[in-house]
Amino acid sequence: MFDTALTANDLVFLAKGAGMTLLVTAISVFFGTILGILFGVIRYQIGPWWATPMTLVLDVFRSIPLLIQLVLANAFITTVLGLRISGFAVACGVLSLYTAAYCAEIVRGGIESVPQTLRRAARSLGMTWGQDMTYVVLPLATRVALPSWIGLALGVMKDSALVYIVQVVELLKSTQILITRLQEPLFLLMICGLFYFLISFPIARFGGYLEKRWSND
Amino acid sequence: MFNYNFRWNQALSSLPQMLEGALVTIEIAVLSMAIGITVAILLTLFRLSGSRPLSAIATTWVEIARNTPALFQIYMVHFGLGGFGIHLSPYLSLLIGIAFNNAGYLTENFRGALKAIPETQTRAARSLGMSPIQAFQNVILPQMLRISFLPMTNQMVWAILMTSLGAVVAMNTDLYGVTSELNARTFRTFELFAIAAVIFYVITKAITLSARLLAARLFRY
Repeated sequence: MFDTALTANDLVFLAKGAGMTLLVTAISVFFGTILGILFGVIRYQIGPWWATPMTLVLDVFRSIPLLIQLVLANAFITTVLGLRISGFAVACGVLSLYTAAYCAEIVRGGIESVPQTLRRAARSLGMTWGQDMTYVVLPLATRVALPSWIGLALGVMKDSALVYIVQVVELLKSTQILITRLQEPLFLLMICGLFYFLISFPIARFGGYLEKRWSND
Repeated sequence: MFNYNFRWNQALSSLPQMLEGALVTIEIAVLSMAIGITVAILLTLFRLSGSRPLSAIATTWVEIARNTPALFQIYMVHFGLGGFGIHLSPYLSLLIGIAFNNAGYLTENFRGALKAIPETQTRAARSLGMSPIQAFQNVILPQMLRISFLPMTNQMVWAILMTSLGAVVAMNTDLYGVTSELNARTFRTFELFAIAAVIFYVITKAITLSARLLAARLFRY
């Protein structure tokens, strides 16, 4: 098994793929979270009735396979609109919206977990809406939302394996390319899987720890 | 901008083929859920058994399923097992890959559900003279399945969405596979995939709605 044709160059190639996976994930989670917080707060603020159109639109991102979202977005931008835009940008854009759709729900859940009475008390003390949000809601909602958010970020990292469809060479795609050339699927897939596992497992454990530590009992 | 001719008619004419693909997608999702739930119950039993090697198997399964991409798992089943000389058809690879993933996530859901069931119930059941298996089967299992009904519905939706990953093992009879094959022939990418997206949306909504109705009927107290 260790008699392999894998060279140092190939390892560099894999590392580049891994770097791409992390880069796409970082960008998408960053923008997705900002958008998600925005959507989540708006959704909470205007109430479920008025937010129906937004909820419906965000729901679409969670009801359609990511692969199809990527293909559709790519086809729409490059052939329908006729814009010249890289696959990388499409991937980041779609993944950001995908992240935002899930993040909005997490944020809303977090805000809803803060007791109404506590917030009324804050407002009665003369705090403005902004102060109430930053000093009362934010710290309390974070305790509820952060473990789920960590889960979401890891989910996005795993889902970023799908961006190969818009010609972004990330970890799994580069593994695939090497498999085609070296014909050693098992060994290469082990390396690829190990990489995902080594990043995901400790962070997932940390999320689980936070959840246990921060739960209200 | 917008000097693109939409040809919906052409794409819509292949709707029957796509609906057939949708049936295959649903079939894979249902089968993978059935296998997934069975295996997850088995793995939960492994965990409860108190035997070290058995719970190690369950933990390994759960952690691998949850910490690597589903796409990787399907790829592994198809090409990784190929390395051992086991060559599976795309259909089987996809089914096994999704079932593996489902089993991992469901076992974790079941663990959460078990926490909500008081330990005393098992002891009470045992004091009544039930064997450990009887106690699990008659007292714990029904409650566990009821508590994790919502997560199971979510997992079912995930299973539907995951069938699109069959693309990586050259699966061409499910909804995604049919669509991309039609696309390769006609190049109406946007129209075809938009229709596929609508079908996927309808399927997932139908599942969540029917699960909600079912839950309302089943779980009346």
